[in-house]
Amino acid sequence: MAAQTIRGRRGALWTRKAASVLGTVAITFLGLLFVTFLIGRVVPVDPVLSVVGDRATQAQYDAAYRALGLDKSLIEQFWIWLTKVFQGDLGTSNLTTRPITQDIARVFPATLELATVSIIIGTVVGIPLGVWSAVRQGRPIDHIVRVIGLVGYSAPVFWLGLMGLLLFYFKLDLISGPGRVDIAYEYSFTPKTGLFLIDTATQGAWDAFGNVLSHIILPASLLGYLSLAYISRMTRSFMLNELAQEYITTARVKGVPEWRIIWVQAMRNAAVPLVTVVALSYANLLEGSVLTETVFAWPGLGMYLTNSLQNADMNAVLGGTLVIGAIFVGLNMFSDLLYTLLDARTRKRS
Amino acid sequence: MTTTRDWLLSDRPASRRQAKLGQSYRTWLDFRTNALAFLGLLIVVALVLMAIFAPWLAPHDPLVGDLNHTRLLPPLTEGYWLGTDDQGRDILSRLIYGSRITLAVVALVAVIATPVGLLVGTTAGYFGGWVDTVLMRITDIVLAFPKLILALAFVAALGPGIENAIIAISITAWPPYARLARAETLTIRNSDFIAATKLQGASSLRIIWKHIVPLCMSSVIIRVTLDMAGIILTAAGLGFLGLGAQPPQPEWGAMIAGGRNFLVDYWWVAAMPGMAIFIVSLGFNLLGDGLRDVLDPKRQK
Repeated sequence: MAAQTIRGRRGALWTRKAASVLGTVAITFLGLLFVTFLIGRVVPVDPVLSVVGDRATQAQYDAAYRALGLDKSLIEQFWIWLTKVFQGDLGTSNLTTRPITQDIARVFPATLELATVSIIIGTVVGIPLGVWSAVRQGRPIDHIVRVIGLVGYSAPVFWLGLMGLLLFYFKLDLISGPGRVDIAYEYSFTPKTGLFLIDTATQGAWDAFGNVLSHIILPASLLGYLSLAYISRMTRSFMLNELAQEYITTARVKGVPEWRIIWVQAMRNAAVPLVTVVALSYANLLEGSVLTETVFAWPGLGMYLTNSLQNADMNAVLGGTLVIGAIFVGLNMFSDLLYTLLDARTRKRS
Repeated sequence: MTTTRDWLLSDRPASRRQAKLGQSYRTWLDFRTNALAFLGLLIVVALVLMAIFAPWLAPHDPLVGDLNHTRLLPPLTEGYWLGTDDQGRDILSRLIYGSRITLAVVALVAVIATPVGLLVGTTAGYFGGWVDTVLMRITDIVLAFPKLILALAFVAALGPGIENAIIAISITAWPPYARLARAETLTIRNSDFIAATKLQGASSLRIIWKHIVPLCMSSVIIRVTLDMAGIILTAAGLGFLGLGAQPPQPEWGAMIAGGRNFLVDYWWVAAMPGMAIFIVSLGFNLLGDGLRDVLDPKRQK
């Protein structure tokens, strides 16, 4: 009976927390939409002229002016734009002459694949490094991991990419160069999901799989390295925090093997904030992909954005910004919610 | 006989000034034992000196090269120690002049973003209530945006150029400072000296500006130093994409973009400016880390 009430109350708390997070998400999204809308309005280029050209008569100009809704107030314009966005209409790209939603759906899998492989590399390498340096605090390995992290924080990713290409592709010829896949392999599989590693593997096109892998390995390692810097630093500090707790001393006194203390007992508690860190790194990778994709000619969202920028295709720029921003905000909030769900202490406090 | 050192380290300071100077001196001694932080300080000081004395240090003209004789010379050529680029310009001289742009970006972003963050944070913290809610909600919204993407969109709207890049970076940089200043304000808002000032009839503006802001300064300054590496990287990234400083300005990111076209045969044109960005941003990271260790009271034993 009592247990049931407690569970019921806990359920209510979660619902309330979830509701407040959703409220924040809604407001943040609205803010994102508004900022994007405003950026689109301060462009020094006259949107009417870019439609009718500079030889249009005054009547044509006025007609286009009204058709674009520019005679309405800013709030009204925002509202019209908002309803369009919610119907999935981000406008048409001047560059590709296709709807921007379609363009983004086409390029997004490339970014998703790159970011996912990168975060796997960053997590699989970063967490053990962080744990290792926490256990050997103050010893040489701790300093080495710290320096590895500092280099990751300090080096410009596009420069690392260029130097990596120069060394591993042009000089040593160990990997494939820019792009996702060589033309020779491009038609040996059908891009069903758009995630080439999965497509080639499920269709048994192993030659193509190898080629895709040799294309993705360098950009993914670079982005993985950037998230590794952050993940290992955070792992170290969470781990140090846990290892100083009394339950660890108790476990040591009881004679629990050291690996079990670190990887099972301390890790169980350190893992809670780590989930948030990994989710945040994943969001940051999307951002980091803009520069990396440009260097590696990776046909993803980042390159779409920079291409549109260089061709003054403002609709596409805003659409891309909105999509990346939305995913970023979404992942941020998701990690926030996950933290509340996983951590027993925040549960009790609220 | 008392030396300056004894006077500084005296445990019975005779004046407030002596106590203050003594404290700074102890912090400095503490800081000096951290070799990495000291290296960071050296790098940053070197950057500042390089920027100031650029015309005397640079062996060649940074903007006009000799197209007939000095195109694409490799590093370690006599007189052109880091090589030359495709227009025959000495890379070392360009890097030296480029330090002015890097330093200007960092300084201007700090000068624009820090006061905004301080003002928003202290106002929100001091007044509380709906002012706090509205201001912090706005801060959280800007904080939740991806920085580089937002800066890209701003520059796309305002037009490329170093000034717009600085504005765009500043717009995305202030929220963390606002949060920090608010947290600090909350801890001092209810102290007696604020109440005393209030009773003497000081206006809210005066209390915030004269009493709260100075107390928030040190933690915000540490945070700004730690952010500088990120600011340099963002500015370089914008330059690389052609949205920051425009040619022929010797901005380091734009120099990498220029060297990209002949990366295979003339690697140094892209490699050298990247090295410069890396060293400077490492310097700021090391310095920020060291400052945090020394100035954070929670870490002091």
